[in-house]
Amino acid sequence: MDSNVKHLLRGIVGDAYFKDDAQSLVTHSYDGTPMLQSLPDGVIYPRNTAEVSAIMKVLHEHRIPLVSRGSGTNLCGGTVPVHGGVVMVMHRMNAIVEVDTQNLTATVQPGIITKQFIEHIEGLGLFYPPDPSSMAISTIGGNIAECSGGLRGLKYGTTKDYVLGLECVLADGQILRTGGKLMKDVAGYDLTKLLIGSEGTLAVITEATLKLIPPPKAKKTMLAMYTDIYGAARTVSSIIENRIIPATLEIMDNPTIRVVDDFAKLGLPLDMAAILLIEQDGEPEMVERDIAKISGICREEQAARISIAETPEEALKLLTARRSAFTALARLRPTTILEDATVPRSKIAEMVLEINRIAEKHNVQICTFGHAGDGNLHPTATTDARDLEEVHRVEAAFEDIFEAAIRLGGTITGEHGVGMVKAPYLEWKVGGPGIQVMEAIKEAFDPHNLLNPGKMFAKESRRRVVIERG
Amino acid sequence: MRCGFCLPACPTFKETGVEAESPRGRISLMKAAVDGLMEPNVMFEEQMNHCLGCRACEPACPADVKYGQLIEQAREAVELHTTQHRWWVKGVRKAVFKQLFPHQHRMRLLGAAMNVYKKSGVQTLIRKTNAVGMFSSQLASMERILPDASGKGIVEIMGTRVAAKGEKHGTVGMFRGCLMDVMFTETNRKTVELLSEAGFDVVIPEAQNCCGALHAHSGEKEQAKELAKHNIRAFQEAGVDFIVSNAGGCGAILVEYDHLLHEEPEWHDQAIWFAKRVKDISTILAEKGRPLQYAALPQDQGTARVTYQDSCHLRNVMKGGQAPRQLLQQAAGGAYVEMKDAGSCCGSAGIYNMTQPEMSNQILEHKMENVNAAGVRYVVTSNPGCHLQMKLGIEKHGCSGQMEALHIADFLYDRLVR
Ligand SMILES: Cc1cc2nc3c(=O)[nH]c(=O)nc-3n(C[C@H](O)[C@H](O)[C@H](O)COP(=O)(O)OP(=O)(O)OC[C@H]3O[C@@H](n4cnc5c(N)ncnc54)[C@H](O)[C@@H]3O)c2cc1C
Ligand code: SF4
Ligand code: SF4
Repeated sequence: MDSNVKHLLRGIVGDAYFKDDAQSLVTHSYDGTPMLQSLPDGVIYPRNTAEVSAIMKVLHEHRIPLVSRGSGTNLCGGTVPVHGGVVMVMHRMNAIVEVDTQNLTATVQPGIITKQFIEHIEGLGLFYPPDPSSMAISTIGGNIAECSGGLRGLKYGTTKDYVLGLECVLADGQILRTGGKLMKDVAGYDLTKLLIGSEGTLAVITEATLKLIPPPKAKKTMLAMYTDIYGAARTVSSIIENRIIPATLEIMDNPTIRVVDDFAKLGLPLDMAAILLIEQDGEPEMVERDIAKISGICREEQAARISIAETPEEALKLLTARRSAFTALARLRPTTILEDATVPRSKIAEMVLEINRIAEKHNVQICTFGHAGDGNLHPTATTDARDLEEVHRVEAAFEDIFEAAIRLGGTITGEHGVGMVKAPYLEWKVGGPGIQVMEAIKEAFDPHNLLNPGKMFAKESRRRVVIERG
Repeated sequence: MRCGFCLPACPTFKETGVEAESPRGRISLMKAAVDGLMEPNVMFEEQMNHCLGCRACEPACPADVKYGQLIEQAREAVELHTTQHRWWVKGVRKAVFKQLFPHQHRMRLLGAAMNVYKKSGVQTLIRKTNAVGMFSSQLASMERILPDASGKGIVEIMGTRVAAKGEKHGTVGMFRGCLMDVMFTETNRKTVELLSEAGFDVVIPEAQNCCGALHAHSGEKEQAKELAKHNIRAFQEAGVDFIVSNAGGCGAILVEYDHLLHEEPEWHDQAIWFAKRVKDISTILAEKGRPLQYAALPQDQGTARVTYQDSCHLRNVMKGGQAPRQLLQQAAGGAYVEMKDAGSCCGSAGIYNMTQPEMSNQILEHKMENVNAAGVRYVVTSNPGCHLQMKLGIEKHGCSGQMEALHIADFLYDRLVR
């Protein structure tokens, strides 16, 4: 990047907010994804939409790539600047522009931290359900760009169900507005939905209007413990089959229970093969009834023990501990590689068995936890990046896992996005025509491939051994 | 692992929102320096020095990353290569590390000198002419809040042994500290009295010296090790059940002597012997010995409320954040209020407030917002650095009349029913 461009960028944001020193480059060369790193040419911190637009005009004119970045917690290499260029950090754009209590909407800038937003909204007696486990640090912009889900996804849906309108800046610097405060709007293609989950490849999101709902009146949290992980997985399918939709239905296997307890010191049952963390919310009588019914189902499926959280604090501690699962697994081995395979909920038990079989076949350690109620499992390999041979075995195992997920009617990622990591597998899921349409959309938004290049679309797809669909 | 869970816990990240000012960012810089991806240049050194060393990132990290050890290594490496400390920082560091803290008697001389200085009117003169201000405005504001230091340390006042009152529950060794012993001799005296009231024979080995915390945290590791060995010997000879510290900053390195000396196998057993016995004054009072009785706060202070500012090292390293709260609730009852973000660093951090005045002041400003919002009469602390920093904050906000910073030993002792 030549000094003229740098000069222009500094002119827009001020000297303090464009950086190209070694430190800034190094600290924006990675994200939450293991084993990926690539240096950008500069880092920029815009303050408002006008600045973003002006920056894009400069970059567009000089054909310099841009990676938009929230907190870099994504797990698909989404913010690693593989083609260099500029990383745009959205942290300074962190205002809550408006909370409209008549329409039950909130309008925010993308850099606000999800948890801070949620706390603000809950302080007003309202509810914003999407709560990715990373919410203490992830941004709303990042959540939208990845279409993040969370512990409440089962009953309340994911980020896409709560975004009503967006303001964003296109690759050439034009400002586009989609949707609004309307609950119904079918004027043309749904560009709002298209931008959600677009992983920074179509536009830079600069403002979002989000749907809020009234909070549930009551809540109850329970743990069901199993000596056999298959029993736990079967319980998940069985609860759904019995037409109960809990707010949260999470699974953790034994190694995950151990590391989480080592961190959170909750006295979790270390001798169990798996536990389910279940929460129901809503009207008090309904919560009581559902929890009783769920307990019955757990017992039928041979739960060894069932316990109900005594206080809201205890419940919150359990949920917080579950949110630490992925990171806590790093206690076992130096490198932790998490995947995000999702299957229809009725197939959870089958998938759990598949994962264990595959782990054994490739001789790798795979721990499993995840949003079981959504069919969204996070099989996580604990390995050591320095041992190349082992890393190859892990890769082979994950290929088998994706294969199995698709065979069972599932997908290669339920919430973490495609980024660099899943790009070679995208075609497995969406097929040739799917890729063609997606590439044409990318071309329409970003003809010079400046926005987050190298993500989503791989140069080459992985060859699929078995071509069949469940 | 680069999950980012540590970011919201980090005060410098909270202040700046910049990745390089976060634990995840600093670790990536260290790694980049090791990998040869970047030069460990002046900016690298500054970034490492920008870290408060408060270690709030450690309990926040589910992966159990030992950030404290990483930053110490990085600073040691920087210290071996550095040429660029600003001249007065260099001067302060040299005085502090090499010439002052290792020598208890010099510390006491300094204390005596400070006293003369304060009482003789030189202080007033200097304040009026702002001579110190020309030197550094930070030193000037620090100078204003210096307590009445004394030329006499705790041993000169109480001797090396104080017997337990009533039934004896054990023998403890008192770690007197250097700053604590000259600047807060009264606090040290009250700590000993509290221990004796709780049923402990208190020994104060004369041969002990500085804990070495400042040295270790600033990259002067070899000297820290020497100091550690000396202390281990002194307390082993004293034959104690526990070693009590009343300064979170000292306590944290004392409980980590085993780590500090981990490269020296011949010290392994002794270091573990020592580390296992270290307890903060609040923790030992809350967990061992005879429970003490405290009088209610006086009526005319009916609205007097008390809050607690954590010592980062007590909380994050010694894991002793609960005991002071428990004791304060016993001693102040309903008058105890928890302030917002009490666990977040006050910006004192060893000599950070002198070497990094800008960031330190910014952090203190935000801390004072929370202190003021709590609307309290007393801000209780567990470490001399925090104590001074809170005094500084109170002074800066001009509320010295209505608000007071106190060490927990002072607060408890003054309310003791005997
Ligand atoms: C411990 C841990 C737990 C996690 N748990 C979950 C979970 O439960 N559910 C889940 O869905 N995910 C989870 N994630 C993944 C990750 O946290 C989410 O994808 C999150 O939404 C990323 O937010 P971020 O602000 O960090 O975005 P980043 O990681 O910075 O960016 C993510 C993507 O969004 C793009 N982007 C960011 N801001 C903008 C913008 N303003 N405009 C356009 N594009 C933008 C980036 O280019 C990138 O492609 C977890 C991650 C970790 C480390
Ligand atoms: S230090 Fe711990 S909390 Fe911070 S990024 Fe690394 S693993 Fe996550
Ligand atoms: S020690 Fe404190 S200031 Fe330093 S990185 Fe950790 S949390 Fe931040």
